[in-house]
Amino acid sequence: MRTKDFAATNKISLANEYHRYNLKSVIFMISKKIAKEKRIILKHADDPNYSNKIGCYLRKGGYKMLEKSLKLKPEEIGEEVLKSGVRGRGGAGFPAGMKWKFLDRKSGKPIYLICNADESEPGTFKDRQIIYKDPHQLIEGMMITAYAIQAKLAFIYIRAEFFEGAKILERAISEAKEKGFCGENILDSDYSCDLVIHRGAGAYICGEETGLIESLEGKRPNPRIKPPYFPAVLGLYQCPTIVNNVETLCNVRHIMKMGGDAYAKLGKPNNTGTRIWCVSGQVVKPGYYEFECGALTLGEMIYDICGGLHPGRSLQAVIPGGSSAKVLRADERFTGKMKDGTEFDWGIEDIPLDFDGPMAAGSMSGSGGIIVMDDTVDMVQAMANINAFYAHESCGQCTPCREGVLWMRKITKRICSGHAREEDADLLLSVANQIEGRTICAFGEAAAWPTQSFVSKFRDDFIAKAKHPSDEKSQLQLI
Amino acid sequence: MIAPGKEDSVVINLDGKDVSVPSGTNLVDAAALHGKEIPHYCYHPQLSVAGNCRMCLIEMGTPMRDRGSGKAVLNDDGSPKIGWVPKPVIGCATNVSAGMHVKTESDVVKECREGIMEFLLVNHPLDCPICDQAGECRLQEFATDYGRGYSRFVERKNVKPKRTRLGPRVTLDDERCILCSRCIRFSQEVAKDDVLGFVDRGSFSTLTCFPGKELSNNYSLNTVDICPVGALTSTDFRFKMRVWFLKETRSICTESSAGSNITVSSREGQVYRITPRRNDLVNDSWMTDSGRTLFKTVKAENRLVFPSVSGSRVSLTEAMDTAFKLFKNKRVGVIGSCKSSLEELFLLSQFCKATKAKKFIRGHFGEDDGILLSADRTPNLRGALVSGFANKYPKSDLSILNMALQKGELDTLVVMGENLLDSKVDAASLSGTEVVFLGTHANETSKLASVVLPTLTAFEKSGSFINRSFYVQAFLQAIPGPAGLIPDLQILSNLISSVDPESDLSPDLKKIWIAMSRVRNSPLKGISFSDLKQGTVQIDGSKWKNMPFVEKSALHHNPMMKIK
Repeated sequence: MRTKDFAATNKISLANEYHRYNLKSVIFMISKKIAKEKRIILKHADDPNYSNKIGCYLRKGGYKMLEKSLKLKPEEIGEEVLKSGVRGRGGAGFPAGMKWKFLDRKSGKPIYLICNADESEPGTFKDRQIIYKDPHQLIEGMMITAYAIQAKLAFIYIRAEFFEGAKILERAISEAKEKGFCGENILDSDYSCDLVIHRGAGAYICGEETGLIESLEGKRPNPRIKPPYFPAVLGLYQCPTIVNNVETLCNVRHIMKMGGDAYAKLGKPNNTGTRIWCVSGQVVKPGYYEFECGALTLGEMIYDICGGLHPGRSLQAVIPGGSSAKVLRADERFTGKMKDGTEFDWGIEDIPLDFDGPMAAGSMSGSGGIIVMDDTVDMVQAMANINAFYAHESCGQCTPCREGVLWMRKITKRICSGHAREEDADLLLSVANQIEGRTICAFGEAAAWPTQSFVSKFRDDFIAKAKHPSDEKSQLQLI
Repeated sequence: MIAPGKEDSVVINLDGKDVSVPSGTNLVDAAALHGKEIPHYCYHPQLSVAGNCRMCLIEMGTPMRDRGSGKAVLNDDGSPKIGWVPKPVIGCATNVSAGMHVKTESDVVKECREGIMEFLLVNHPLDCPICDQAGECRLQEFATDYGRGYSRFVERKNVKPKRTRLGPRVTLDDERCILCSRCIRFSQEVAKDDVLGFVDRGSFSTLTCFPGKELSNNYSLNTVDICPVGALTSTDFRFKMRVWFLKETRSICTESSAGSNITVSSREGQVYRITPRRNDLVNDSWMTDSGRTLFKTVKAENRLVFPSVSGSRVSLTEAMDTAFKLFKNKRVGVIGSCKSSLEELFLLSQFCKATKAKKFIRGHFGEDDGILLSADRTPNLRGALVSGFANKYPKSDLSILNMALQKGELDTLVVMGENLLDSKVDAASLSGTEVVFLGTHANETSKLASVVLPTLTAFEKSGSFINRSFYVQAFLQAIPGPAGLIPDLQILSNLISSVDPESDLSPDLKKIWIAMSRVRNSPLKGISFSDLKQGTVQIDGSKWKNMPFVEKSALHHNPMMKIK
């Protein structure tokens, strides 16, 4: 009887707390003028009356931009995209228009376009929304891009786990072909380009563009060495190739709609357009949110947009751009100078959500996967979890990544199983430093950065594991 | 593959010193030209660049250029400003360019190498005492230079398959494998037999054969040679001999007219293995598996180890005397061999002159594999032509000899190792003819012979062969011959002086070469035997350009390209 009572009161108090907290955040929002979501890409994502069929897309003005673009010269589209300043949404943030400029057009070889839909960065789930809910937007963006770069053939490389997504895309492509939006003589123009879906087989490394190309060629997805294999020169089948992220390609449609200059006014200079942020972890309302770049800060995102942390919890750390980005500690101060010379002094809440903000804070916005961790999280276990992921996903081609990442995993696993040593923190750092910058592809950094940041910022937690090996938190999960 | 550059040279700055290197070379090779070793595992000069071992990481920078004007940016002292690449780059995939600056000895580079070395060893079994590669292992070598000396790795090592049979001649230990992919690239690019690959991923990646396939092509043992560690070992050579005991001798493969350069490894008069020796004009770094087994004939059961007359053992002098009586004032036929060295064929021609003998020779032909096993299965057919022993392209049999025998034109035959009975010569035609047999191994003809003079194999003597592209190449004696036997050249010069006491032909190689180069219009003019020891020499073969050579186009051989 007593226990029941206790549970009941507890529930009520929790609910009250919850209510109060949300109310607080609403008041906060009104008083602080929090930016509103600006949905361009995900405009129809949560519209119950919107379906992923072509009829619905056409009713909302779909494929009008493709029609318009086909009347332009291909270079003119490239110019617009360059003017828009849109940066790649896959993680590296390289200007897309610039990437197109690198294409080797003199070789006489066919040019290929590949859409990188191998969204597999832990904490990222934006491309999935586009593919599942608005596939025609992607197809239109791709066909405009294909025309702009004069691609012979376009591919969508979709991760294995999106089997439903692949089906949706297959159907959408056949719908688009029926209406003449892709395939032979698109919209009765001279331009023809087919669109092919290729499903991955379940490897994270296939998201690396040259690994993706190898996989698409039917080989092991071992990333290629650069130089000489820059995709824009020696890509798919040794032909010039452009690989762009799903969100980037969708943006091309909107750039054509708004015009490059108008698009460039969205967001901030050098951080143009909108970005989809995927918030996960211990916040009240995790999910995807599309904002103009730099329209809000990390704190506003967590406390206002995502409803803050669960009651009674406090913020411990945030990973701002997918698991490979460096972790940010809640009580850190970030000071320094931006590229334009403005000085900044930020707490974690003040970091602007764009490309340059998290970068200035020593991390990166990466693929936009914000992972929030409150004080209940055992940072050593979180580290062990991340290491387990990267050790499983290393392709094994080059030495530092192959050997180093599994070594780090073995160490963190041992630490979590109650066999920590005080020197492990330094060893982990040293191993990570021996990987960073010495690998064939960026996977080395992706795997080294979490370890470097977790160990240096939560060093005491690692040391504590050695001093108190039987800490009850250690029993929480097995990695 | 990285496209080769032009032949001209550029100046780069190597560790602070300006040096000239051929443009188009990569930094590993360029540094080696100037005595700087950039350690590497996966890079092999004759395979495509994989860039996966990361051992050859170095610091590299190029002269900066102003983006707007394109002009070089200068330091205060007027020297070009170098834009250093922020991350270390791999030397094997970086081609030299004019003005490039390279640091191969900096702290960063040393740190990189130490890091890679440590990583390569964390899951390595460290079983050097029982590893066959010990002594010629790259891991051992670079661990001496860049190893930590102690291990920071306290976790469990990965477990992988041991002693796997990859094929009939190659054994694989996956735990020792450092996944450099040299063997895979060799199988794809040189042997054109794509059977090897990696399965699993990350640190659990494992080298294996594709299901249902095995590494059984005739070049499989080259994977053992290029394996920088003890992962791939030769099933035949495994555990036979520690490599540091082996004496290495430069030699030439006698399997076919390809003339692969080889190293004969021997100890105390016994050959243990044959490995290819790099020669970029002839065989790159490769040779056939079949050519590697030829040393086994040295100790074969049918090896001729003593002279005999009518089947009974006699002293060498007695045998020579008996032979001499068979030549004197007789009609002699000499059956030469394309397996003899150039010098032996020259002396044999002189012997024919002295005895006014008729000359016969046959070729041995087979399938051309397009790489290093050519259709001409003798090492020195062109030597027979150049030495003057043969005037025509040899046929695959001796039916001409058979006709001469049937007409009763010959009293005595001197046979250089050939078996007449498998060369379309009837046993019946031989009746009434005396046979003097000079050879290394017994065959049907040696059994018929009145006199048998045992000779030495190519491992037991020195000389030279002329290969399919008219390259003259020397082979040197690796092991002593059977007790009491003398070199073929000595036998031939003794025979000549017994017939013609005035002859001054010496069995000495240097003197034979002087004599050979004196022959009028000889393409050997100006070449000495010591030149051959320095390297391969190509001679003018245009005199024989209309001969129906059987070799097809293959590695470094183009039959259509006329010689010189």
